[in-house]
Amino acid sequence: MIKLKGLNKTYNNGSPLHVLKGIDLEIARGEMVSIMGSSGSGKSTLLNILGVLDDYDAGDYYLNDVLIKNFTEVQAAAARNNMIGYIFQSFNLINYKNAMENVALPLYYQGVSRRKRNNIALEYLERLGLRDWAMHMPNEMSGGQKQRVAIARALINKPQIILADEPTGALDSVTSQEVMNLLRDVNETGMTIICVTHEQSIADQTDKVIRLHDGIISSIEIPRR
Amino acid sequence: MKELFEEIYSSVRKNKLRTVLTGFSIAWGIFMLSILLGSGNGLMNASMANFGNMLINTIEFGGGRTSMAYKGYGEKRSIALTERDAKIMLEEFPEVSDISMEMYQWGGKASYGNRFVNCNLCCVNENYALVKGVKLILGRTLSRRDNEELRKVIVIDDKAQKILFPSEDPLGKDININNTLFKVVGVVESIWSNQSLFLIPLRVGVLVYESFDYNADLRLITVIKGLEKADDIDNFENRVVERLSVAHQFDPEDKRAIWHWNNLEEYKNMLMVFNGLNIFIWFIGLGTLMAGVVGVSNIMLVTVRERTFEFGIRKALGAKPSSIIRLILYESVIITSLFGYIGMVLGIGVMELVNNYMVNNPSADGHPTFLNPTLDLSIMVSATVVLVVAGLVAGYVPARRAARLKTIDALRFNK
Repeated sequence: MIKLKGLNKTYNNGSPLHVLKGIDLEIARGEMVSIMGSSGSGKSTLLNILGVLDDYDAGDYYLNDVLIKNFTEVQAAAARNNMIGYIFQSFNLINYKNAMENVALPLYYQGVSRRKRNNIALEYLERLGLRDWAMHMPNEMSGGQKQRVAIARALINKPQIILADEPTGALDSVTSQEVMNLLRDVNETGMTIICVTHEQSIADQTDKVIRLHDGIISSIEIPRR
Repeated sequence: MKELFEEIYSSVRKNKLRTVLTGFSIAWGIFMLSILLGSGNGLMNASMANFGNMLINTIEFGGGRTSMAYKGYGEKRSIALTERDAKIMLEEFPEVSDISMEMYQWGGKASYGNRFVNCNLCCVNENYALVKGVKLILGRTLSRRDNEELRKVIVIDDKAQKILFPSEDPLGKDININNTLFKVVGVVESIWSNQSLFLIPLRVGVLVYESFDYNADLRLITVIKGLEKADDIDNFENRVVERLSVAHQFDPEDKRAIWHWNNLEEYKNMLMVFNGLNIFIWFIGLGTLMAGVVGVSNIMLVTVRERTFEFGIRKALGAKPSSIIRLILYESVIITSLFGYIGMVLGIGVMELVNNYMVNNPSADGHPTFLNPTLDLSIMVSATVVLVVAGLVAGYVPARRAARLKTIDALRFNK
């Protein structure tokens, strides 16, 4: 599903900063994996590269057997739209669109007609128990509800992988658990999920914990449950 | 497409005051442009109307007063042009193809039954209608035979017709002008806008009003052909004056003995002036509009900055750079077009009010300085093109900035 070979990334902001120093990693279809590491370990950079939000300097990245390398903005946009669903720490909903419109947005960029994509969005909101909140604006919803809207938005384009960047970082422990349960449910439908976190309790709920330290993978553990 | 407009609407709705203030500068620019163009049109239409349907290739000659002593004659002697001079011009100058002769009689009273109107008379030959471009409504204009046979016939205008003959056919009726009866043979569209001017045969006029001496002071309007260059026309005018100086015994160098007026040159000059004026107006108008464009561009830059993070989200969800560019460009074009149209409508409204006022309060001398100061379709089309281009120009820089943003930087923006 995901294959990384010798991935390197250096930021050139003033003094060069070598963030990823040769990452080799394979993630199988249907796995739920977490990436842990202290700040500056490169875990967010790795996730950005996996999500085709950022490019890399050396190595190869295969997503679903497609080499993702030196993509133009247009190619990258298509890859993100078709293969990847994102869940962000701060939800990143568009604040002047209601829940349904937010969920439907990826389909807008696929050229799906308004009526059709809104119907699909309502289905996904139904699945996440937010049917009654479809017409509400993000600022009228709680953090947990917003994250569920974001999950619906990540799922709507039927991606190959879901990338979650600290999905529970802005939530209390009860809501965090709800969100993790949801992600687990999604994973059980066969969706590959990669989740960046710094909370051990969250990482423990995944199949595999990848620890990054100073730009290299220091360990890969399978948590006991 | 509908979605795009909704996106733009929601973005504009968030910043109503800002959008309105920016739009105002655009509306003002277009408002000024339409007022200026409308005024220019009004001036031009008025000047053109003064020419009316008149033939343009004409040179007018009239008698003046000598300013130099000559062959025993003193200064300040009146020179009157006569039919004899017209004959000389026709016979000796091949450039002259026709001559219209005019002699005015001011302040008459025309009556029919118990109705009357004030009128002026113009005593003319058969060429008057052609040279002045008079429009015939009923009957006929004056002919050569009317002059030759001294017929007491008259051509009245439609204004007088409405008063003298509200329900009758005026043709063949005799009207009384200062105790002389004239038979109406034709009705023409008003020659002057505020006073009635009737046409009678020149020789009849001379006979009735000036005693039959052929020395009545005429204005001769020569229709010229084959003279295109200003130099040739000058030369022709000088030769005519020289020839007339022999006939009337004045110094050929005397500039004031004969009055002459070149309509062709006048017309060309006027066209040139109005072309210049038009260019000037567009220059000023576009300058004002440019200020508005810069304003919109600035606002769009602020919008792009404010929405950078949102664009980041959109890109993460699969928005191509082109869709972001479209969003900015359309928003810019819509703001400029919308407010531009408001400005244009206001401008046209003001010009229509001015026009309305002008129509209801015509100028006393019948020569309006301002006529129909409205904008025609071609100007509307070009103004629309200007608006859309202005919107594109205003949106270009902001859109380029938005498109160049890297997704990852946009997502980190303002965090």
